Amino acid sequence: MSERQIQLEVLRYNPETDSEPRFQTYSVPCLNEWVVLDALNYVKDNLDPTVSYRWSCHMAVCGSCGMMVNGEPKLACKAFIHEYGDQIRVEPLANFPIERDLVTVVDDFIGKLASVKPYLIPKEDKPVSAGEYKQSPVELKTFKQYTLCINCMLCYAACPQYGLVPEFIGPAAISLAHRYNQDSRDGGREQRQEVIASHDGVWECSFVGACSEVCPKHVDPASALQQVKVASTIDWYKEHLMPWMKK
Amino acid sequence: MTVAKSNKPIVWGPFAAGGTITAFVTPVLVLLTLFAALGFVPSLLTYENLHAFAANWLGKLVIFGIILLSLWHAAHRLRVTLHDFGIRADTWVAIAVYFIASLGTVATLFYLLRIS
Repeated sequence: MSERQIQLEVLRYNPETDSEPRFQTYSVPCLNEWVVLDALNYVKDNLDPTVSYRWSCHMAVCGSCGMMVNGEPKLACKAFIHEYGDQIRVEPLANFPIERDLVTVVDDFIGKLASVKPYLIPKEDKPVSAGEYKQSPVELKTFKQYTLCINCMLCYAACPQYGLVPEFIGPAAISLAHRYNQDSRDGGREQRQEVIASHDGVWECSFVGACSEVCPKHVDPASALQQVKVASTIDWYKEHLMPWMKK
Repeated sequence: MTVAKSNKPIVWGPFAAGGTITAFVTPVLVLLTLFAALGFVPSLLTYENLHAFAANWLGKLVIFGIILLSLWHAAHRLRVTLHDFGIRADTWVAIAVYFIASLGTVATLFYLLRIS
């Protein structure tokens, strides 16, 4: 296994004591098979225990270790050292306030996620004795890719619209709303439309597509948002041109 | 949380329709124009045939629809692009681009109605 000395530039910031963020460089002996998260763990274990960052699963499932690697939103556990030069710069996810070092304040996203009710709201309540809510493979296929979101927020860091308009509900939350709206067992679309069909909802999206480019799970949020736009437009025409269709 | 649903679909509907037309029809028109410029004019697209097409009310409607939606699409795209570039005067940008699109639409109407 080949080893390479990497200069890892880590953004350091403690809002309580520092007036502004600065970069600290660590020289890390990296194995070629390592990912950026391994390099950070090496720093934490051997060079500087004060470096703060989030991580958990180390296998692109938990969505905790999102950060900017050389300016691009990446999961640190999926950013392989061999794809980078000898100098790697890591920063906290763009568009979010810094809590400390590479840890961001994610309250905004969590609030937005909760506001779109990303859970199944059954069309009809059935007693357990009535059996399962059944779904065909074709019905599952309409939304399956949107279930793969791990809430890592890379799409928010990549989205220039979210950077410009912080009120924007954003790619992941709208994609997840769409995931439940498309679910044949769900009846909560009207409630979710209240949020995602608003001005700060899907209509702030200008279809830049950066969300889909950085998504580590290939959710393709941009496609979900385009589908939401089409569906919301059809809603609008139904409501305004055919008011008698209203339930 | 109760927020009013946006009226954005009014502008987005024609924008999406215009985008589809721009993607499928415009390249063909560009190619045919290029061919015509190089002297290759298929008999179907001779001046007489195209004139007859534009003289018919259905032909007029098709031409008008394509130009109106393409212009609307371009105007809205430009508005959004300027927003992406950080130009925040959205109201003024909107007025300017939609005005130009409307001007083109009125001109289209004017010239189409002159063909008989």
